[in-house]
Amino acid sequence: MVRPYVVTDGRAYPTRNTFDLVTLVMAHPDRPLTGLSPEKRRVMELCLGGALSVAEVAGYLELPVSVTKVLLSDLVDSGHISARAPIPPAELPEVQLLQEVLDGLRARL
Amino acid sequence: MDSALVSDQAAYLPATVRVTAKILVVGHFAVGKTTYVSSLSEIRPLRTEETMTEAGALTDDLRGTEDKTTTTVAMDFGRLTLSESLVLYLFGTPGQQRFTRLWRDMTVGALGALVLADTRRLEQSFPVMAVLEEHGLPYAVAVNHFEGAPRFAEPEVREALDLLPETPLVTCDARDRISSTHALIALVQYLQARQTPPAPFPGGGRVGGGLGYPLRSSACPN
Repeated sequence: MVRPYVVTDGRAYPTRNTFDLVTLVMAHPDRPLTGLSPEKRRVMELCLGGALSVAEVAGYLELPVSVTKVLLSDLVDSGHISARAPIPPAELPEVQLLQEVLDGLRARL
Repeated sequence: MDSALVSDQAAYLPATVRVTAKILVVGHFAVGKTTYVSSLSEIRPLRTEETMTEAGALTDDLRGTEDKTTTTVAMDFGRLTLSESLVLYLFGTPGQQRFTRLWRDMTVGALGALVLADTRRLEQSFPVMAVLEEHGLPYAVAVNHFEGAPRFAEPEVREALDLLPETPLVTCDARDRISSTHALIALVQYLQARQTPPAPFPGGGRVGGGLGYPLRSSACPN
């Protein structure tokens, strides 16, 4: 077991503060993986498969969310990862979101 | 480190997903949060842990853990694809340790919370509900029925939990997907009802520019 902050070079905070637990992230397949740390390679390997939330990346890699955010943030900076932020409330009013959630839940009954 | 390909076990989202939403599932120890999330999740529920650092030292909230230098806060979570564009995440957490970054991550932007309660120890739900109220996060209460646990009439549970009249109270079986879905629906209906602002005064409609009070320029005697 590696101590969590070893994989982030001792940093506890990400370079950008745009990640929510449910922000979706995707990897760019054309980016070279050379020079990436083993942990960042693992993030890339996972994210190359498709879109996942930040929470899922942390869960699959068995890393704390805080560490995952630091790694993802670096990978966004280096152009390896794109983040698709949750749609801000201004674009999708909560009333509409709640209705869609409700419809979706009812459809599962 | 595990050398197996982690991407083999991951369940990826369809490219059509555009919106993600989150709801918290909170409750005291062993109330059934993990079971509840597992019943509803389309993926194997995941877990992440965070070690508490500086925040813990500054709070007196960790009764019984004063001697520890670090505390682990964990959450279990699951996922429900609700339409081709919308995915709902359920985050299950004890709700203590509310000063941690993980707790902040869970609550910011959350639609609301479902509080799981156990009739054998209703009083243990108080701290959890207090934290939600502190954060202004709306919630519904679902009594998770355990075999052999006493069943009480709704008014009794309501009174014991000191619920507001509008707070939904439902019974569910956290092991059952349909029952658990109904509890979530009760919460979302409540959240929806809160979105429709009540009339500012009895008998009065909404007037003016949404400032929360009626604008009575011409009708006002002075």
